[in-house]
Amino acid sequence: MDWGFFAGVAIAGLLAGVMYSLVAIGFVLIYKTSSVLNFAQGAMVLFAALTFVSLHEEGLPFWVAFAVTLGAMIVLGILIEALVLRPLVNQPPITLFLATLGLSYVIEGAAQLFWGTQVHSLDLGIEDVPLPLNAILISQFDVFCAVVAGVIVAALTILFRYTRTGLAFRAAAEDQYAALNTGLRLPVIWASIWGVAGFVSLVAGLLWGARTGVQFSLSLVVLKSLPVLVLGGFDSILGAIVGGLIIGLTETLAEVYIGPYVGGGIDQWIAYVIALGFLLVRPTGLFGQRSVERV
Amino acid sequence: MSLRKHLAGAVFAAALAGLGAPAAQAQTPGTQYFPLQSYRVGPYAAGGTGFFGGFIDYMNLINLRDGGVNGVKLSWSECETQYIVEQGVECYERMKNSNPPPSAWNPLSVGIAYAMIPGITADKVPLITIDHGRTDSTDGAVFPYVFPLLMNPYSETSAIVNFIGSKVGGDQNLGSKSIVVLYHGSPYGRETIPIYQLLAQKYGFKLQQIEVPDPGTEQEAQWLEIRRIHPDFVVLRGWGVMNPVALKTAQKTGFPANHIIGNVWSNSEEDAKPAGDAAKGYIALTTQATGTSYPVIQQIESTVYAAGKGDMADKSRIGSVYYNLGVVNGILNVEAVRIAQAKFGDQTLTGDQVRWGFEHLNLSPDRVKALGAAGLFHSIDVTCSDHEGHGLVTFQQWDGTQWHRISDWIAPDWALLRPIIEASANKYAAQNGITPRDCQSQVASN
Amino acid sequence: MARFNKLHAAAAALFLLMALVVPFIPSDYLFDAILTPMLAISLAALGLNLLAGYAGQVSLGSAAFMAVGAFTAYNCLLRVPGLPLLVDLGLAGLVTAAVGVFFGLPSLRLQGFYLAVSTLAAQFFVQWALTNFAWFSGGDTSGVITTPPLFIGPMAIDSPVRRYLLSLLIVAALTALAVRLVSGRAGREFLAVRDHELAARVLGVKILRTKLFACAVSSFYIGVAGALWAFLYLRTVEPAGFDLDRSFEILFVIIIGGLASIRGAFLGAAFIVVLPLLLSRAGAAVFGSTFDSGLVDIVEKIILGVLIIFFLRVEPAGLSALVARIRWQHITRSRTVETSGSLT
Repeated sequence: MDWGFFAGVAIAGLLAGVMYSLVAIGFVLIYKTSSVLNFAQGAMVLFAALTFVSLHEEGLPFWVAFAVTLGAMIVLGILIEALVLRPLVNQPPITLFLATLGLSYVIEGAAQLFWGTQVHSLDLGIEDVPLPLNAILISQFDVFCAVVAGVIVAALTILFRYTRTGLAFRAAAEDQYAALNTGLRLPVIWASIWGVAGFVSLVAGLLWGARTGVQFSLSLVVLKSLPVLVLGGFDSILGAIVGGLIIGLTETLAEVYIGPYVGGGIDQWIAYVIALGFLLVRPTGLFGQRSVERV
Repeated sequence: MSLRKHLAGAVFAAALAGLGAPAAQAQTPGTQYFPLQSYRVGPYAAGGTGFFGGFIDYMNLINLRDGGVNGVKLSWSECETQYIVEQGVECYERMKNSNPPPSAWNPLSVGIAYAMIPGITADKVPLITIDHGRTDSTDGAVFPYVFPLLMNPYSETSAIVNFIGSKVGGDQNLGSKSIVVLYHGSPYGRETIPIYQLLAQKYGFKLQQIEVPDPGTEQEAQWLEIRRIHPDFVVLRGWGVMNPVALKTAQKTGFPANHIIGNVWSNSEEDAKPAGDAAKGYIALTTQATGTSYPVIQQIESTVYAAGKGDMADKSRIGSVYYNLGVVNGILNVEAVRIAQAKFGDQTLTGDQVRWGFEHLNLSPDRVKALGAAGLFHSIDVTCSDHEGHGLVTFQQWDGTQWHRISDWIAPDWALLRPIIEASANKYAAQNGITPRDCQSQVASN
Repeated sequence: MARFNKLHAAAAALFLLMALVVPFIPSDYLFDAILTPMLAISLAALGLNLLAGYAGQVSLGSAAFMAVGAFTAYNCLLRVPGLPLLVDLGLAGLVTAAVGVFFGLPSLRLQGFYLAVSTLAAQFFVQWALTNFAWFSGGDTSGVITTPPLFIGPMAIDSPVRRYLLSLLIVAALTALAVRLVSGRAGREFLAVRDHELAARVLGVKILRTKLFACAVSSFYIGVAGALWAFLYLRTVEPAGFDLDRSFEILFVIIIGGLASIRGAFLGAAFIVVLPLLLSRAGAAVFGSTFDSGLVDIVEKIILGVLIIFFLRVEPAGLSALVARIRWQHITRSRTVETSGSLT
């Protein structure tokens, strides 16, 4: 066995996993506070990336475009929360899930309506080329993504665990009525969490967009992050990153070492099988805390 | 409560009204009508807007410049498919009973085309699958109404291998080379697997075919595998977002872009541009050149766009790969009508009559030049038994902003492929109770 | 034996209308583009509703089971010469039921979204297997199957009306069966498992057996629906046609139609199949010539999304509840009725 190659595959898999985690974190944020599996997450990633790249192409400097897009994402999040999710607050989770599916049609449509259906390229100024290490390939861009993901996870963990706002988030997630009774202003909390989710979508959109080009298919990246969620737990940010690493690692190894024997192209479903196999042993995922409700 | 009742009432009333409405849309009588199953929304919108934009612009040019084809104006209407098979079929059902009747169908989707074959054969209206479609439909004896014009997937495969042969100094040198085919995990992607195997046997090159599952946003594993194999060339048989990601990941794993050869659905600006610098040097096959330097494209700009009737919202995409393919597709459709008119008279023709035109669509390089398309595409010669028409292909290289042609017009190895195509067509005929036509007697009677 | 009440009479009348009057409407479009696919989708939704609505196990993999049904029906017909079509469809259902039970095993340990997302494993695996192994598609490397000529006895099923009528008869028969099922002991056990697993166990319901039985029955229906979809509607299908979007579509149907309601599957299918068509017609008629057609298509998609959300807001219990309420109001005028998800 070629261990150098094995190590290269393993590292590439881990770094690919980071990219899945970036999208998964957006899901977790919403699920944590509203118990909604927000399928529109992919559409939000698309919307953010498309808005940013179009503004940037119009001539706005990077940070201005970033700020404007972030503002748009926060407004979008608040609108979603107020117009779609709050009126459905006591409905079964599956109804909420489908509402977000309908929502994804609206957001994808709106993104194309505003910015057209063209494919854009996005250059963040970080070359996607291998670092000059001898046998093992590590792309600078992947390292950058890993750092960004690490910073986001750390920041969110601190926010949730050690700040009053975070405490309020958790209270709202735990029991909405109790939180209301203790005087928490739930709409403010929900709006701010959607703002944070918008920010994460923007970051994910930029990093994914730099790799795939900014185009409609960006909304498909959610399919890669769903097994991560199953594995890591829908409500754990740490789970999203650890789950992403595990999924990225195992699916890449499986594709390289098992794929050729069964015809290849297995990495789409193998991730789900890995997640499923893991779940059968531990039904709430790696870090899932709450009891799982029925749909 | 009353709101709900009204809502329900409105929905049901609207539904009933919709179901009862006549299926066919009214078209301008006395015209030659083309139903367009376009896609301008969804993941493949960039391709759809370019192709159908070029097609519509060319038909507009014929109407504005020539007053139609021998006085018969062209008309069309669009129905959105989003590249989804069921929606494409619904569009077909919706538009097939139009008046005047459909001249030909041009769905630009393998899936939709496959699903329409039984229907259009019964309707006797030709189905055009330019550059794609069901390979065995090349055999016009079994598929009288299906036309994979210019190039079918097998020819494409052969042309790519011929091109690689020319790159390595002749086919005799292919024996020492190694080629990886990276294909999209779909019927389209898998169709050429046996042909690459056949060619590998013939020329003796080492071949490995690797699948990328749809949609292909992540290809780390596949490219690491390629890195281990260390091939001389990678053939990219991609679709949509898979293409830029492949180029990006190739760069990441240190594979040179100028040794990646894209196939016909990996050859557009939309495939290369999103990959940025990683796409510099990338080579792709095409049946039609890019750019706006051809008289026909310039006339579209000066006639159609000057009149404010252009279809492209973004004028800078005129001359792009998909746009020019749409224009070529327009030329082939219009010329088929013209050829059919010579036999059936200068009037609105039925689909079956237009089919005759397609089956006798012979555009020599001189004729192509007269149409203002010299250099845009080479030539075509469709016959009863050969519905592809011996199209030649060329190769282009991406310089970071646009494509440049880097090869002559190349001919695939049709003789090698023909027996496989016939065998497959005959199997289809047997399974579906079709008696193949006798193309020899057809030639004699015409 | 299920009681034969007014509702059953209405269903029977509707069936007779659909079977005896509708076929005389001279419109291929109506049959090939609306009614036949609507029947197939209704049947699939009925199957999913048995699992999700009655037994409480949500699946996002319905399209994969439709694919299993379609490819089984194709292979049996291809490999067993002279196999009667109805037997073939039955086999398609049975094989799908077996596959469904296998993929239903995780439901013994998982619940909620964890289960739902896990069913995606089935979705992607089946699609991959059907595309990758040419055997499933009769040796066609590209994985596309084309329906051979179909016969019931000596009669060729070769016209839009005949295809529609065959779909109608099969769907009607299976619907009648489903009505009996859910109003009997099995239906009560499903609901018990859905509403409170522990309590159901205490009452002596065998949880394991009930869940797997629900998976099997549900998959049987979905498999037959897939075979109808492939044989009587599209007639040429590829595995990609049974993708995640189709699974979501079927889920939409049962949510919009109403969970745990037989007629909900039909109402929902009508809504989901017909609404986009109406929108696209309206779009073409109103804006067709004045606007860029791409723009119209995008706006249609947005409106579809908005309508779905709006509908979930005003009528979260589904069309079935809406119909029940209108009917009830008609009868009792003044009383407001709670909209529970129970059977019709």
